[in-house]
Amino acid sequence: MNDNNRTSLAEIGEQYGPKEKLIRMCRQNRLAMVSAIVIVLIIVLAILAPVIAPYGEAQQDLLARLQPPSAKHWFGTDELGRDVLSRILYGARVSLVIGIIPSFLSLVGGILLGLLAGYCSGWIDYLIMRLADVMLSFPSLLLAMAIMYTLGRYANSIICLFAALSLVGWASVARVVRSQTLSLKETEYVEAARSIGVRGRRIMLRHILPNCIPSLIVLYTLNVPSCILAESTLSFLGIGVQPPAASWGLMVNQSKSFLFTMPWLAVFPCLAIMIVVLAFNFLGDGLRDVLDPYLENR
Amino acid sequence: MKSAVKRVISMIPVLLGVMLLIFIMLRIVPGDPVTVLLGEHYSQETIDRLTAAMKLDRPLLEQFISYVLGVLKGDLGISYVSKRPVTMMILQALPYTVKLALMAAAFAWVIGLFAGIIAAVKENKIPDRIFMAFSLAGVSVPVFMSALLLQYIFAFRLKLFPITSDGSILSMLLPAIALGWNSAGSIARLTRSSLIEVMQADYIDTARAKGLKRRSVIFGHALKNSLLPVITMMAIQLSSMLSGAVITESVFGIPGIGRLATTSISNRDMPLLQGTILFTTVVIILGNLIADLLYSVLDPRIRSQM
Repeated sequence: MNDNNRTSLAEIGEQYGPKEKLIRMCRQNRLAMVSAIVIVLIIVLAILAPVIAPYGEAQQDLLARLQPPSAKHWFGTDELGRDVLSRILYGARVSLVIGIIPSFLSLVGGILLGLLAGYCSGWIDYLIMRLADVMLSFPSLLLAMAIMYTLGRYANSIICLFAALSLVGWASVARVVRSQTLSLKETEYVEAARSIGVRGRRIMLRHILPNCIPSLIVLYTLNVPSCILAESTLSFLGIGVQPPAASWGLMVNQSKSFLFTMPWLAVFPCLAIMIVVLAFNFLGDGLRDVLDPYLENR
Repeated sequence: MKSAVKRVISMIPVLLGVMLLIFIMLRIVPGDPVTVLLGEHYSQETIDRLTAAMKLDRPLLEQFISYVLGVLKGDLGISYVSKRPVTMMILQALPYTVKLALMAAAFAWVIGLFAGIIAAVKENKIPDRIFMAFSLAGVSVPVFMSALLLQYIFAFRLKLFPITSDGSILSMLLPAIALGWNSAGSIARLTRSSLIEVMQADYIDTARAKGLKRRSVIFGHALKNSLLPVITMMAIQLSSMLSGAVITESVFGIPGIGRLATTSISNRDMPLLQGTILFTTVVIILGNLIADLLYSVLDPRIRSQM
């Protein structure tokens, strides 16, 4: 990003406040707006799951096993007679928690390490960035699998998933924050702050970090769906969320043996994953257009 | 040339870091490797002998150094379950993964480039919207979903392909499409944005102004330059496909690298898991290196900076 870009960005920022920017986004990008509504709706459904779900999360009805969709069981029942709709509603809780919390943890970790690397430079920078290189060289799914395996005997599966996904995710955040810190470090206002004796920590958190926030919001919105996908993939392989908890990936995994005869068992959880991930991706794309036009199109 | 050497040297700390992390992982996992390897009914003497042979009684640093030296010689340890060298098992699985990755990459490149070019040429018109929606859907769908869907429709319903793969080209087609789908989406998006950017350059205006047809401007002038970043991405994607399509291989039952990883986890076979992770990571690091070098070979502007 060169200086020209930044002045024009600053001008845009002066012209439109954050509120106007959001309103502009809603007008320009209907898809992003609809996605935001869908996300809110899913969050509400997930919170209200115990109230609105017709059956319990693991409530079995062995007399009504493997039933096709009907008025009584809208999405049918699985091999233990559990209501698929209810399990999808409960599964939304798992997916959202696992989408939101590890992304947040890796965001915080990435911000701190990225600021430190960009601001301090020298051997600290070298060390942190090589560590980020190392983390980014691992195939992320295999790394998450290995972490799940290594930590699996020390903690329960949800905690392990938090750890695995945040350890996988911080490195890319750190790279973005570092590169922005490097360019912001040279700006006049940072120099001014330093010249009146503001300390490094304050400069990083008060002067540099706020300017990274737009791209971080975008990065966060796009990290959530990749965490949700990673969770469902791990659960699909049987090393994510452990039964009897309801997770969409796990539901697909458990339906594998009935796939050809009772495809609805797999279809509904898959659709749920797709809708959530698409909504977050559309929202992230829309936010990027508004907040951070210069962030590289990934 | 100098910077290429520098780039290669910069890989060394990363590789060491990767090995260190993998080594630490082995230490964290509970269970003594010797008892796991031998089983329970062995005398203390045998256990001590094996501990010494595996250098497990040595200080950690020495163990790490001998691990690194072993890896450099191609020794990735012995599988707890099959009791065979991990290197052998990886080499046996590799041909399946290579075949799958090449086919998936070919699919992704053809579809991705085609869709990206059409989308860029018809920017903001209906074909563009359709292709871009498809590519976003491609990125948003979990691989197991597209794999299961393809398997259900084309193998089970239409019976055009075998349900599980035996390694033949025909049986590899569905897995390759499932694996290439995501990459096709990202290639299409990158091709589109890069081509649109190049089309705004002055020399494109010049070419148009001297009366060249739109088609020959796009294919003769613009495409070549816009493909530079795409080629880099292709190289990176190929290496990540080679590093094992864990999901695709598990859905279609292909005995490749990804399958080794999943079986090693369900069998609690730590050396095999370590070996596959190290192998795949090295493939990815090399892929990134090749992508960087390729980029500098193809782009004279970067070459002159070297």
